[in-house]
This record gives sequence, structure tokens and C-alpha cells, in this order.
Amino acid sequence: MKYVDEYRDAARVAELAGQIASRVTRPWTLMEVCGGQTHSILRFGLDQLLPTGVELSHGPGCPVCVTSTEAIDRAIALAGLPEVVLCTYADMLRVPGSRTDLYAARADGADVRAIYSPLEAVQIATRSPGREVVLFAVGFETTAPAHALAVLQARAARLPNFSLLASHVLVPPAIEALVSASDNRVQGFLAAGHVCAVMGTEAYEPLCRKYHVPVVVTGFEPVDILQGILQLVTQLEEGRAVVENAYARVVRAEGNPVAVQQVAEVFEVVERHWRGLGPIAESGLGLRPEFARFDAQRRFGCGSAPMREGPGQDARCIAGDVLRGVKRPPSCAAFGSACTPLSPLGAPMVSSEGACAAYFRYRRRAAPESSSGAP
Amino acid sequence: MCLAIPGCIETIDEGESALTRTARVRFGSIHKVVNLSLVPEAGVGDYVLVHVGVALQRIDALEAERVFELLDSLSMDEAEGHTR
Ligand code: SF4
Repeated sequence: MKYVDEYRDAARVAELAGQIASRVTRPWTLMEVCGGQTHSILRFGLDQLLPTGVELSHGPGCPVCVTSTEAIDRAIALAGLPEVVLCTYADMLRVPGSRTDLYAARADGADVRAIYSPLEAVQIATRSPGREVVLFAVGFETTAPAHALAVLQARAARLPNFSLLASHVLVPPAIEALVSASDNRVQGFLAAGHVCAVMGTEAYEPLCRKYHVPVVVTGFEPVDILQGILQLVTQLEEGRAVVENAYARVVRAEGNPVAVQQVAEVFEVVERHWRGLGPIAESGLGLRPEFARFDAQRRFGCGSAPMREGPGQDARCIAGDVLRGVKRPPSCAAFGSACTPLSPLGAPMVSSEGACAAYFRYRRRAAPESSSGAP
Repeated sequence: MCLAIPGCIETIDEGESALTRTARVRFGSIHKVVNLSLVPEAGVGDYVLVHVGVALQRIDALEAERVFELLDSLSMDEAEGHTR
């Protein structure tokens, strides 16, 4: 496939790994923020191509994983209402709330539907005038424009039965929370290309200056990730800390202005409670007052419960440390034994972008299939 | 759920308004209908990055080449360095 295969070319991957090795003179700890990148790194064994001392710490960049227990509980409560059709992404169904998950709610008779696109939820609402269609909208900046578009389509079609349970999270505030923590070891960040494809790269400039950490925006294929790492270690070795874009085929400095404008029209910045990280100021998106009639929490009155991280998480689960990049999944006692993708104890094992799922899928084999080649 | 993949626009349906402009997009051997409202400049033959059924950005063919040019120039520098 064009724009995919050529970025998996084994010779180029090896060339980049060599460049990285020749540039590094001391140990560095880097973090890839996005779970999609974590998956690529493990799938292609990219971490094993790095020189000793260059360590990748996996970040919180999986919206499914960081959705709080109470947000899941709220979705389950809504799904239990007889008139409601709850639409969300398939990964969300198995994420544990404080007592149960959406999958179990569906088995108990709730109308929960897994969708590929949020625009499908608008179509379901159009076709089902007697039902209340609620879109459980999780995601980073990448997904927010599609959710804004769904709301704008519903408004244009004057749909009375479509609403959003908004649970968006924003990446830069989470990076700031990590980098300012007292136990932070991360010296440079790979920023997620698809978030920047929408929002641009400006939001990272103040972070770079304030904490003197380099940020390199990059993509998801092996060549993209290694190119990003090469630029990061080059900056670190030279004592620089600026924002660089290693993914210019998709990311422009200004992002996508149409998408930015639509997101700003529909959403406003709010505080958000992250699983594993706790509440972070100005780290989420909620519907603007002008769009209150599309707000499921207002419409169904389920928004007043106090924010609290439920006891739902299994005591063995160290998802908080995994999401902050402090620990790796294999250091969890339950990893691969009590906790597997078929019976997950925590969100990072559920989501297709979760770090625990990535380790389970790619690191349990005796011999990795190939360290650099492409399937 | 965060996956975004590149695909090629084959045909465009202008829809009722800018919010419902769509395209038939080819990803390798499969096709999907994709909303184009965020990339008004995209036309037939363009590659777009698609996420949850919505095209997020047009892929810049010239920039796509540049990474490889950079890489090739690095390896050439190195080769010259060795022969010197
Ligand atoms: S392996 Fe399972 S129990 Fe352990 S941190 Fe990951 S999700 Fe939690």
C-alpha cells in the first residue's frame, strides 16, 4: 500500500538504526506518547534496534485506556435506559467500570452498538426516530473533529434524538503533567502525528521552552518512528530542545484549519479525569453551552455524580504506572497470567492501542518474527 | 480506535452540503466511503489520511519523498566519509 510499505523497508530501517547508534554517546530516556506508536515499536521490534542506553518509555496515549471509571459507569447507566441506543468504538466495550463493563450491559439487554465511524451514530438516529441515540465520544484531538462533525450534521438535519457523551482528552496537558512530575525520567518526546495532523505543532512550543525537552512529531511506520528517534537523540546530544516535524507528509505547522475551527465551534476546554493520571486541568473537551441540547449528560441528568476513581480496578493492576511510563507491562504480576486480552483486568490490556495488549501480542513469542522487516 | 490510514480518492459525491461531501476511497484492495468535509481541497487521485470514516488531512506527495532523500543523503555522506 502506498505511504505504508515504503516506510517499512528493512534496508531503510537498518540504515536509520545505524544513524541513531552513531549519534548516541550516552543514555537517553525517550517517550512515545501515542499507543499506536507503542504498537508499531513492539510489532516491528524497533526498541531492540536501539543502542544500549536508549530507552523507550511508553506513554498514556491511548484514549480507551485513560477513560476514567466514572465515564464508563456513566455510559453504562445511559445504556441501561430503555429508550437509549449507546454507540461507541468496539474497544470501549470491555473497559472495566467500577462494577461492570458495556459488554456485560449489552449481554443484560442494553442496546449497545459498536461503530466504526461516529457518523454512523448520526445515521442510526436518522433511521430510528423513536430512540435516543447517544454517542459515547472518547478520543484525542485526532477524533474530536469527527465528533464535532457528527454534532454539526445532527444540528443541520435538526435531529432531536442524537446526543454526545463527551469524554475527549487532550495530549499536551498530559505531557505537561508527566514532564513536571517529580519522578519524571523522560528527556524527549515523540509526539503523535495524527493529533498534530489536526491541531498542528504550536501547542508543544511552550512545553519545549518551559521544561527544556525536545519534541519530535512523527508517524506510525518503522521509518517514521526511527526518523523521529534520530532527530530526538540528535537534539539531546546537541543540547537543543525544540519542536521538529518528522511527519511533514501529513502534519503542517498550522494543522488542519477546517478541523480546528469545527472543534472550536462545538467544544470547549474542560478539566478531565484520566485513568492512571487523575484529574488534569484543561485536559479535555466538552460541548459548548450553545450545543447543550446535544449533551447526553444534561439531557439524561447523569452528570452530577462526584468525580471519584471507583474501586473497580483489580488490586493487582498497575495500569496507572504503565500509563505514566514508569513501569512496563511485564513487571505487572498479573500480566499474561491473570490478565490477558480475553479476560483483561485493566484498560491497557483491553484496547488495541494499550501497552499491555501490545506486549501480550508481540512479546510473548519465544522468537520475535522479524526485527525490522515488514509483513 | 486511534488508527488513521492513507487511502486514495477514486470518486467524489458532493452530497447535500459541505458537511456531507464524501468519497469512495481505496485502501489497498478494499474500498470505503469517507467523509471529505475537513479536506475541501482534496480531489480525485489525492491520497488522504482517514480516521473513523473522516479524512483528516491530504497527504503531501513531495514531503513524503523528502524523508527518503534526507536518508539517502545521510548514507551518502557516510559512504564518502569512509572512503576518504
Ligand atoms: S497486565 Fe493487566 S493487570 Fe497488569 S497493568 Fe496491564 S492491564 Fe493491569
